[in-house]
Amino acid sequence: MSAWQIWAMLALIGAGTFALRLSFIHWFSGREVPARLRQVLRYVPAAVLPALVLPAIVYGGDAPGFHLDNPRLLAGAVAALIAFTTRNLLGTLVAGMVLLWLLQAWA
Amino acid sequence: MKVEASSRAAFWEGVRMIAPMLPGIFPFGLTAGVAAVDAGLAPAHGIGASILIYAGASQLVVMQLIGDGALPMIMVLTAYVVNLRFAMYSAGLAPHFSHLPRRWQWPLAYMITDQAYTLTVLRAEQHPSRTDAVPFYLGAAGVMWLVWQIATAIGAFVGALVPSSWSLGFAVPLIFMGMLVLAVNDKPTMVAAVVGGAVALLGHALPMNLGLFLGAVAGIAAGVLAEWRLGRGKA
Repeated sequence: MSAWQIWAMLALIGAGTFALRLSFIHWFSGREVPARLRQVLRYVPAAVLPALVLPAIVYGGDAPGFHLDNPRLLAGAVAALIAFTTRNLLGTLVAGMVLLWLLQAWA
Repeated sequence: MKVEASSRAAFWEGVRMIAPMLPGIFPFGLTAGVAAVDAGLAPAHGIGASILIYAGASQLVVMQLIGDGALPMIMVLTAYVVNLRFAMYSAGLAPHFSHLPRRWQWPLAYMITDQAYTLTVLRAEQHPSRTDAVPFYLGAAGVMWLVWQIATAIGAFVGALVPSSWSLGFAVPLIFMGMLVLAVNDKPTMVAAVVGGAVALLGHALPMNLGLFLGAVAGIAAGVLAEWRLGRGKA
């Protein structure tokens, strides 16, 4: 993509995101979120995040795939364990990065 | 608008309440700046994304998709899906903001984040009689905005100096993993996560990052279905 295409895309995403933020404050002020929509919105983070995480870990690095030469698999698995036991964002980030660097240095 | 002493106090209360979250937000912002450069963009694009979009998770998603060479249309749609929750926040804040003139509504709406929304709505629930939600929100959301912009700008410039062998891009899925833990808090959300991840993994080789989009849609559908099947809130 050229520089101006990237600017156009960022502006488009920004405008849509602003519209979502403004929606009920400005256009539908005083109206409740429909129950059906609220039910769908509840599952957006839970569904989107693993769809981003898993492919990026398994197929994201220089050695993509399910095999032991892919350092992201082990680093990602340990980070997942830390994430679920401590629920600490910064701890998960630091542990995953340090482990990846150690595994890369070792290889 | 006359600024009264109580409004000023509420503003500073908002600043104080957001302060403990900043140590977590700063590295997140740094990563968003680094991710832009990592995806091959100029630092100005990373800073521009923070100002134009101002939503961390979707900024990281877009950077990841740019790095993968996805179709621009898929990037825009995926960012909208990730940011759908802001419609819910908008509804939650509307009772506090609706009486304001438009020149106040627009900047206040632009500054909506998970954190500023949560703090403001929780405070309003605990103190229903208070009428100073706007200055409180302004204090919390304003500081958050400033810190985010500074952190992404630093990340965008530092990221340009870091060699790619450091694999800083790996920080993006790690941050999402840390956020995922908070999003999965019952059986239906667990089902949504497993289906979303599995479909995206199976579809990783699809062109234009369609796998991510399909995974997200399948995961949301599975979560709603699981909720319906488990009779949650429907019994």
